[in-house]
Amino acid sequence: MNLKSITLGQYYPVESPIHRLDPRTKILLTLALMVAVFLVRSLVGYALLLGFVYLAARIANVPFKLMMKGIKPLRFILILTFLLNLFFTTQGNVLFHWQFITLTDQGLKLSVHYSLRLMFLVICTSLMTLTTSPIQLSDGLEILLSPLKAIHFPAHELAMMMSIALRFIPTLLEETDKIMKAQMARGADFESGNLIARAKAMVPLLVPLFVSAFRRAGDLAMAMEARCYHGGEGRTRLRVLKFTRADLYAALAVAGLLVLIILEGRLLPAGWLL
Amino acid sequence: MTEERIKVEEVSYAYEEGAAPVVKHVSMDVRPGEFVAVLGHNGSGKSTLAKLMNALFVPTEGRVYIRGMDTADDERLWDIRREAGMIFQNPDNQIVATVVREDVAFGLENLGVPHEEMLGRIEQALRTVGMSAYAESAPHNLSGGQKQRVAIAGILAMRPSCLIADEATAMLDPSGRAEVLQTVRSLCREEGISVVWITHFMEEAALADRVIVISDGEIALQGTPREVFPQVERMRELHLDVPRMTALAARLRAAGMPLSDRILTVEEMTEEVKAALCPSN
Repeated sequence: MNLKSITLGQYYPVESPIHRLDPRTKILLTLALMVAVFLVRSLVGYALLLGFVYLAARIANVPFKLMMKGIKPLRFILILTFLLNLFFTTQGNVLFHWQFITLTDQGLKLSVHYSLRLMFLVICTSLMTLTTSPIQLSDGLEILLSPLKAIHFPAHELAMMMSIALRFIPTLLEETDKIMKAQMARGADFESGNLIARAKAMVPLLVPLFVSAFRRAGDLAMAMEARCYHGGEGRTRLRVLKFTRADLYAALAVAGLLVLIILEGRLLPAGWLL
Repeated sequence: MTEERIKVEEVSYAYEEGAAPVVKHVSMDVRPGEFVAVLGHNGSGKSTLAKLMNALFVPTEGRVYIRGMDTADDERLWDIRREAGMIFQNPDNQIVATVVREDVAFGLENLGVPHEEMLGRIEQALRTVGMSAYAESAPHNLSGGQKQRVAIAGILAMRPSCLIADEATAMLDPSGRAEVLQTVRSLCREEGISVVWITHFMEEAALADRVIVISDGEIALQGTPREVFPQVERMRELHLDVPRMTALAARLRAAGMPLSDRILTVEEMTEEVKAALCPSN
């Protein structure tokens, strides 16, 4: 494992108009897209959505395959959702009946709907996480959540924690590597044995790692205080987020999609292609 | 300006009430542009003394003033920490951000400096420590010495008048150590920043304007390096070394060679030995 070239999260670092969008725009538009997923009534709507995300992936310079990859870890949940809806829906016309198994047209519709919805939810969020660096995401979230400070929601603290975590991931990985080598030099074996044996072997790795992480946390807190850190109040920021014309276009595109999907639900005769 | 930048008056400090103090009745001051080295073996209280100067700790007894501001005064806390910047031993554990220039900005963000002003200050601070080329780098890809320079830039951007370095070179390799020390010395000479340099490296202390030796929380010796280091025996009693050349000179002198007791560096040693061996030249 090359520790120096590790990438964090899913971020796919290329240049594109979508990468340059304001993270706030991307977060809000992703939410809008998720709403759109739930408004879809027919296969035509899903086709629209698919076309939209495919186009977005092209503009973002992100391989479409990479976006689909997010679905893979969900395959069991997808299959389960599909089967449960298929077998346990009793409404509608019976298509097939054998002993205790009953398949209805309604059940088939629902299972296709639910699985497609799940898939599109994942694809839409990957579109955001692939094109937005974690630090930008936390900046965006901090600002979007800042109105909640009125009810004592720690928006700034969360963002700060996130950025410190990101800062220390490479440091701690390096340290893990060091401790592992030190333990291996003394005969520790991390690779063989069954799951339980391997989990046990991790203990002498995790204990020193935790101890050092706590020590680092103490040091860092002191260093931050020494540099006048006193929470989010009265703080200015080096990274300023700015809405540009591109953000407007992106918002319009998503709004257009939403309108089309709503129209599709209203205009097409009920039950047409699902 | 003759006013002291840092004034420590009869300060004692104990970590807990009733516990034995780790700093006992220390008084010292640091003048503008002065480079003061604080020496002491492990557990002598030198680190605690450093933290007292940045209001991270408040004295149990006595007072610490930074440019006339009492560190016990909560109202001035952020002014004090801005004036007396502090760098720590572990270069990794004081860098907050994932990109160098954002780390330099951290202090400025905390002070509420406007965005436009920040950019210039960051640029200037990075230039001063010679790290401009790394502005967009990730800190974990830098060497230890570079990380310490970034930490120094983070302090410099806040425009402090004092820099307190708590064993800032202890975890660095020799070249990193030289690089950091040189950066700090030039800040001291060129920008007139007062430096309190806490260390256990004698060679570093030999470059200071003044050396203060702490033992068991008390000041055991102080003066210019040339006043302090020739007291080889006294330093040994305090479990401290003297610069290698000073130690060598002391032994040669004991063996009968006519050397002065003011030798600190290799160059001075060469000169004196030359003079002693070939008096005719």
